[in-house]
Amino acid sequence: MEWNWEFTWEIMPRMLVATGNTLIAAGLGYSIAIVLGLFLALAQRTPISLLTLIVREFVEFIRSTPLVLQIFFVYYVGPQYGIDLSPWVAGMIAIGLHYSAYLSEVYRGGIESVPVGQWEACRSLSLSTSDTYFRIIIPQALPPSVAGMGNYLVGIFKDTPMLSVIGVAELMHAANAIGGQHYRYLEPYTIVGVIFLLISLPSAGVIRVFETWVRRKLGMI
Amino acid sequence: MEDLSQYPLELPESDKPMVRFQNVTKRYGALTVLDDLNLDIAEGEMVSIIGPSGSGKTTVLRMLMLERIQGGVIYVDGKPLTHMQQRGRLVQASEKYLRQAREPVGMCFQHFNLFPHMTALQNCMEGPVQVLGMSKKNARERSEELLELVGLIDKKDQHPSRLSGGQQQRVAIARALAMRPKVLLLDEVTSALDPEVIGEVTEVIKGLVSAHNLTIMMVTHQMGFAREISDRVCFFFGGKIEEQGAPADLFDNPQRERTQQFLSAVKSAD
Ligand SMILES: Nc1ncnc2c1ncn2[C@@H]1O[C@H](COP(=O)(O)OP(=O)(O)OP(=O)(O)O)[C@@H](O)[C@H]1O
Ligand SMILES: [Mg+2]
Repeated sequence: MEWNWEFTWEIMPRMLVATGNTLIAAGLGYSIAIVLGLFLALAQRTPISLLTLIVREFVEFIRSTPLVLQIFFVYYVGPQYGIDLSPWVAGMIAIGLHYSAYLSEVYRGGIESVPVGQWEACRSLSLSTSDTYFRIIIPQALPPSVAGMGNYLVGIFKDTPMLSVIGVAELMHAANAIGGQHYRYLEPYTIVGVIFLLISLPSAGVIRVFETWVRRKLGMI
Repeated sequence: MEDLSQYPLELPESDKPMVRFQNVTKRYGALTVLDDLNLDIAEGEMVSIIGPSGSGKTTVLRMLMLERIQGGVIYVDGKPLTHMQQRGRLVQASEKYLRQAREPVGMCFQHFNLFPHMTALQNCMEGPVQVLGMSKKNARERSEELLELVGLIDKKDQHPSRLSGGQQQRVAIARALAMRPKVLLLDEVTSALDPEVIGEVTEVIKGLVSAHNLTIMMVTHQMGFAREISDRVCFFFGGKIEEQGAPADLFDNPQRERTQQFLSAVKSAD
């Protein structure tokens, strides 16, 4: 089987549209994970030990089961309890939830890296707990978290093909569909690989630059 | 459980020091760090706390600011700090009560603990705006006055990473003062500084003692400085006050053997 350039150009528009969907899926899932992850991290620091315990077990559970199972679970088990979700909604919930567990660990590490003296300074000014977290501790926890957060952004991007199993029209789904229609899989799959490579490769550098930028923005260098 | 009924709900006007430690005990696990401490500090008084490492000096200050105690009651300005009134009795203070009761107490630390992501001015404004609910404009005016007082008005827009240790500590003093505290706690505020900048911080503290009616508790290893500015010096040993008195008496004529030993050890180290 030889590489067919004509076919390549013919399917390219469809592949690029699907790339857009992949980026949207990664972006949406990541946004959910960023916010939810913070709640999971903070919940593990409350003085309510039952909540801490439940959240910790939940995070542990999510991290030790496969993402694809979680995607199936949300999509297929939900309707049996009367919760009908579209592939997109189910996919975003599953992947957002999955990565929120990982991000909560990144946040936890970031928060723990803030020196204890900062907490003491907050107490000495009688700052409320929420001011202490949102104005003092979290901004300082951010720079040491950026690298980990960036890694999981790349991770979520590379995991979006799993959403094809429930029919989300992202890159992998498009490649499968094209391959099935034309009985040619070489070109669509190669294109998928190249697109993932092109987006993933520069990300490490971008993350490093962003980390420096955050530190500078916060006046910490 | 300790019987709290022996402690007054509030101190009477006739006998109202700014700070009172009454039978205060602090333990970390099995380790008793403060042992049945009784200490009164008058309004406007400057008290220095000296003593060997591990004697509980820092702990005394932390009880007013950061931690709970296992026995006794602490009063600030006549009101209980560690406890609150409930149906005419004293009970353990809630977190919320503690936070409010500690508002008249300010603290400066050995390692400054400035907020690194905020400028000097923002550090000073944080408490007044977020805690006292002051307008930004008023908080800025007050903070600028205080930065002027500590000689750093030209550095107000710098972040701590751009300031020397001495400058950071002076900002930290301004930040504490911005809350208009009645009691200021200073825990070895010059210990982390290079010798040549210690003077700029001690000068600021001297200014506070003479100009404001602040009550100050200062833990220090600088005996000369303690002698110069204190109204009273307390020598701590093993979680108790071994000896206290006017600086001239304590430094020139210590009565207890442990005090004598400590002072001569410090002198020979200098
Ligand atoms: N969080 C803590 N947990 C357990 N033990 C503690 C804690 N903080 C202090 N201690 C112990 O309490 C004792 C008194 O400590 P403290 O810090 O008050 O001493 P200090 O007089 O300030 O000493 P230094 O001059 O070294 O600062 C020490 O034995 C110390 O090990
Ligand atoms: Mg100490």
